[in-house]
Amino acid sequence: MIRIRVEFFAMLREHAGRANEDIETDAGTAAELYAELSGRHSFPAIGSMKVAINQEFADLDSRLADGDAVVFIPPVAGG
Amino acid sequence: MSSFGFSADPLDPARYRQLLIDDACGGFVSFEGWVRNHNDNRPVVRLEYQAYEELGRKEGQRVLEEARQKFEISSALCVHRVGALEIGDMAVWVGVSAHHRDAAFKACRYIIDEIKHRVPIWKKEHYADGDSGWINC
Repeated sequence: MIRIRVEFFAMLREHAGRANEDIETDAGTAAELYAELSGRHSFPAIGSMKVAINQEFADLDSRLADGDAVVFIPPVAGG
Repeated sequence: MSSFGFSADPLDPARYRQLLIDDACGGFVSFEGWVRNHNDNRPVVRLEYQAYEELGRKEGQRVLEEARQKFEISSALCVHRVGALEIGDMAVWVGVSAHHRDAAFKACRYIIDEIKHRVPIWKKEHYADGDSGWINC
């Protein structure tokens, strides 16, 4: 098990009902973590979701390490 | 000078413009993004922007540095609003100064296009019928 700090934005924050969550997980990758969170919070399909690990863009297949900070990034809409 | 930032307070274009003034520059181009009262034929009454600011500042800064690499500009600045906005409020301001106008126009266009596609900012629209939704999500 590893401990991950997840921060939520936009509709993920509304689905989760909170801005962040500390989670103990067996997920090996960011995509696996998303699948686990989806089950709990009824998140939308991973579709065009991106991910950031420790404040930098990363691949969804990236391996997670104990203490990582993870943010899933829905399609953006600035401007 | 190139700088990207977020602001929870109303944007202040007069102040930003002042930061770009340079005696070596013959041109200045700015873009203001405003909150409009409709989207996809639906009346919009207000909206909110949320940003992942730590990563957003880094990615915004990268966009500005790219603009400096690609175009012959002197300075570029971009500020994006976060929080609750009303119709007519300014959502984003981009300004570029350059020795010659062509580079300033091109860089300004490049910056706003890339910011919209790459910086982690999300927009929630509130509609006249009481419905609301996150755009693109």
